[in-house]
Amino acid sequence: MTEIWSAVLVLSITGAIFAMVLYFVAQKFKVVEDPLIDEVAEVLPGANCGGCGKAGCRAMAEAFVKQGNMDGLSCPAGGAEVAKKVAALLGCTPEEKEPQIAVVRCNGSCANATAKTHYDGLQDCAFANSLYTGESGCAFGCLGLGNCVRACQFDALSIDPETGLPVVDEEKCVACGACTKACPRGIIELRNKGMKNRRVYVACRNKEKGGDARKSCSAACIGCGKCAKTCPFGAITVENNLAYIDFNLCKSCRKCVAECPTGAIHAVNFPPKVERPAAPAPTAEAPKPEAVPASNNQTQA
Amino acid sequence: MKTFAMGGVHPEENKISTAAVIEEFPLPKTVAILMNQHLGAPATPCVAKGDKVKVGQLIGKAEAFMCANVHSPFSGTVAKIDTCKDAFGLAKPAIYITVEGDEWEESIDRTPDIKRECSLEPKEIVDKLKEMGVVGLGGATFPTHIKYSIAPDKKAEYLIINAVECEPYLTSDHRVMMEHAEEICIGVSILRKALGVPNAYIGIENNKPEPIAVMKAMAAKFEGIIVEPLKVKYPQGAEKQLINAITGRCVPSGKLPIDVGCVVSNVGTSYAVYEAIQKNKPLIENILTVTGKKLESQHNYHVRFGTTYNEIIAHAMGTLPETTGKVISGGPMMGKAVSNLDGPTTKGASSVLVIDESEATRAEESNCIRCGKCMNACPMGLEPYLFSALVKNRRIEEAGAHNILDCIECGCCFFSCPANKPLLDEIRLGKNLYRGILMAKKK
Amino acid sequence: MKLLNVSGSPHVHSDESTKKIMWRVNLALVPALIVAIAYFGLNALLISIVSVGSCILFQWLIEKFILKTKSTICDGSAVVTGLLLAFNVPATREMILLVIIAALVAIGIGKMSFGGLGKNPFNPALVGRVFMLISFPVQMTTWPKPNFNGEFFSIASTPTTDITTGATPLGLFKEGGLEAVPDIWHYFIGHMGGSLGEVSALAILIGAIYLLCRRIISWHIPVTFIGTAFIFSGILWLCDKTAFLDPVTTILTGGIMLGACFMATDMVTSPMTKAGQLIFGFGCGLLTIIIRNWGNYPEGVSFAILLMNAVTPLLNRWFKPKRFAV
Repeated sequence: MTEIWSAVLVLSITGAIFAMVLYFVAQKFKVVEDPLIDEVAEVLPGANCGGCGKAGCRAMAEAFVKQGNMDGLSCPAGGAEVAKKVAALLGCTPEEKEPQIAVVRCNGSCANATAKTHYDGLQDCAFANSLYTGESGCAFGCLGLGNCVRACQFDALSIDPETGLPVVDEEKCVACGACTKACPRGIIELRNKGMKNRRVYVACRNKEKGGDARKSCSAACIGCGKCAKTCPFGAITVENNLAYIDFNLCKSCRKCVAECPTGAIHAVNFPPKVERPAAPAPTAEAPKPEAVPASNNQTQA
Repeated sequence: MKTFAMGGVHPEENKISTAAVIEEFPLPKTVAILMNQHLGAPATPCVAKGDKVKVGQLIGKAEAFMCANVHSPFSGTVAKIDTCKDAFGLAKPAIYITVEGDEWEESIDRTPDIKRECSLEPKEIVDKLKEMGVVGLGGATFPTHIKYSIAPDKKAEYLIINAVECEPYLTSDHRVMMEHAEEICIGVSILRKALGVPNAYIGIENNKPEPIAVMKAMAAKFEGIIVEPLKVKYPQGAEKQLINAITGRCVPSGKLPIDVGCVVSNVGTSYAVYEAIQKNKPLIENILTVTGKKLESQHNYHVRFGTTYNEIIAHAMGTLPETTGKVISGGPMMGKAVSNLDGPTTKGASSVLVIDESEATRAEESNCIRCGKCMNACPMGLEPYLFSALVKNRRIEEAGAHNILDCIECGCCFFSCPANKPLLDEIRLGKNLYRGILMAKKK
Repeated sequence: MKLLNVSGSPHVHSDESTKKIMWRVNLALVPALIVAIAYFGLNALLISIVSVGSCILFQWLIEKFILKTKSTICDGSAVVTGLLLAFNVPATREMILLVIIAALVAIGIGKMSFGGLGKNPFNPALVGRVFMLISFPVQMTTWPKPNFNGEFFSIASTPTTDITTGATPLGLFKEGGLEAVPDIWHYFIGHMGGSLGEVSALAILIGAIYLLCRRIISWHIPVTFIGTAFIFSGILWLCDKTAFLDPVTTILTGGIMLGACFMATDMVTSPMTKAGQLIFGFGCGLLTIIIRNWGNYPEGVSFAILLMNAVTPLLNRWFKPKRFAV
């Protein structure tokens, strides 16, 4: 019996000592923190995508609480819904923001921009970009090695094996912008989603002169400026042999699409138009904006 | 036999073009002369469309500090000033010249006589090197006049001439030593004078007995030139390793050779120095090795810059062999793979190396088995396997803390890796990313 | 013409490959395998075949159906694991089937669960062996006597039934039954009870010298391992000659030779720098002697190596290569 009692006694005493030590340590090193941070962090998506520019969702929550309102801070991944919840917690009104989506501005698919060399090195866009132009010879186009895919925390990007270009899943993309930072050539841009998801953009980044650009890719923007002249809203500018459509001014009339001689301007998610064969018609699998016009351009070129 | 402190590998030497005497390369019809053939900012074109130019005429002026003059290697008419895609497909500013005849600037001494005396003062030598657009011909194309303008708080004690040629295949240094030993020694004497150092050491790897003998015999006639045979081990010719082998000194991390009192120049550079100072001939051509195991004939050419890779290939072998896997500008360990054969050669080009596809294709990568071969091969005592893992997970700052910037990119790690991991690719990427982080921090 | 390849430098590669390294290790294990077959007959051969076969099979199955990656069985690492596993079990008839379980544990838990070759923190063969030692203590410590009567390849005539069972010198010593000073030469060539591949120091050393010449292993781990064991056991022996085994017998019996030359030197699970390897070897030697003399088991090589395997990442962190100009 004595053994049992001594064992119980020893364990109880050590337990009590440890409990006291733990209590004092906890008191001594207590970190006083606004409980609101926890609450805000709770409603944030928790993907730590870095789209807001902060180190993670927790850091973002701290920034929200510290500032006390939402001016200049927004969680692109969470969108309007999260903004509403955070605003409710902070007691302010959320900033209104047009929903955006990542857009791949390159149409250098395997067919359009045929490979002139074979890349045999590290499968990393940033490295290949520092080494040379890439297989197609276009120094501005997609290298197709998937840095954007790896950067995406939401599984919204994938490389289409047929075209070798990244494809954005419109359902999953939250426009956090991680891919735009991961792309060493700045090919991916966050653009307004547009009415009914319909948008028009220039799928090319090539700043070379027309002839040089065409040499590496048949679907390149050659900077001819026809689109800019056609555009009734002045949304298109041509700079350095490259057209750019300002998504805030564009009214999605698609006049430029018909005008473009190389098919570099893409219009996605529009219903098919029979009378204008030049406009790339989306197929049933609409969320494949890059893949679809690729085949159309083939016929044009 | 002297050698460097740690690491190193023994790639197959393949010096198959040692016997090929240097030939003159025929003139092409039209050329594009790139304005940045050197390390630093591009030169500014100082001719206009339609101008007639002579061989050796200044066509690109160095305006930035880190820059070198560019002279026309051909005579003819300036067709246009535009961009030209270099051998790696990147557009660079260039002057296009339609070649007409071969008319040289009168100031250039084209006689075969060897001019031994040099009466110029050190400052004048450096100025003339700048005027003649001489850059280092070892591969980095560092402007020579900057290297020889020693800051007042630094003092040069050693001049080291790099004739190691530790890269497999390359034989241009071998040939230039065999054929122009005296000119080299005069060039070395001029550089010695420019620095004011008592001795110059010419380091030559021991697998070149003939050049060693020739250079030793010639150096005996000159004051203060010592030929130093070195052990055959790659990268014996890397700047820090060569200094270590010859002087026993170590260039610390982030420092330059001059911080330990050393200046290193390539043997080809010293030949170019001779021609620039004694013959008034600007740097307009280089000796290029055209070699490959599957080629019928091996060549060493005097090639003027601006000649395209395709023209060299067409002249040397007609067409590339059917099984060609890669064309490399430079040696197989540190050279760059050419992606645009229409690109012009530049001051940095030292060879056109044709590698067969059986060698050129990388074997499939497998898991790191932590054999430590990369670590043992690294001449800088770094841990390539660790960088690979850190860079893959984008833990760039940690890689920086492990001194990723010390890497000299010699390629020993990838060469020796049994798992075929692209270690150097990952390290280069890591270095680039880490430099970006450092730049951002500075701002 | 085909498209030109483009990649970063270097553009050439040495002829080293993981595959070559693994098959050379296999070649280095052949002398010990031959001795095992000579001493233990058909059992040894069957255990080795079953062990290697099941290791390859399990690796293939796991890669094909669980990991769904490309098969890596050709790289020879499964064969190394299989052979070492076979070398670590007694050459009894029961083991021919039991070794399949060991192979599953070694490949499945020891190697593939971490991501395959190169990612395993512990030596897979030893994981398999220790699992067996704990799960089947009786079968794992029933030792057949070596049956060698001059005819080297008398496999056919060797009985596969275990008529003669003995004990290892270490086991006997632990029980206090090791008589007189045994014949060192017998121990050296392996004429004693013990696991299949560990008996002959001579055969193991031949393989180890081959690996040293091929630069697959370096001398650091084997020498410090055996050296530490020798010196430590020597000190103990000098203190009390009846309570402790003499140092020569210590290093020649049990698994020290096999462990030091083939298991502790496994690239994946041993430190990469020379300094780390010296500490690793020292730790293995020290732990082996401690376990042998004061532990429950007569043999401690497996545990010692596994414990040091666990320390390897730390050793890799602490002992960095000497940098240039530092």
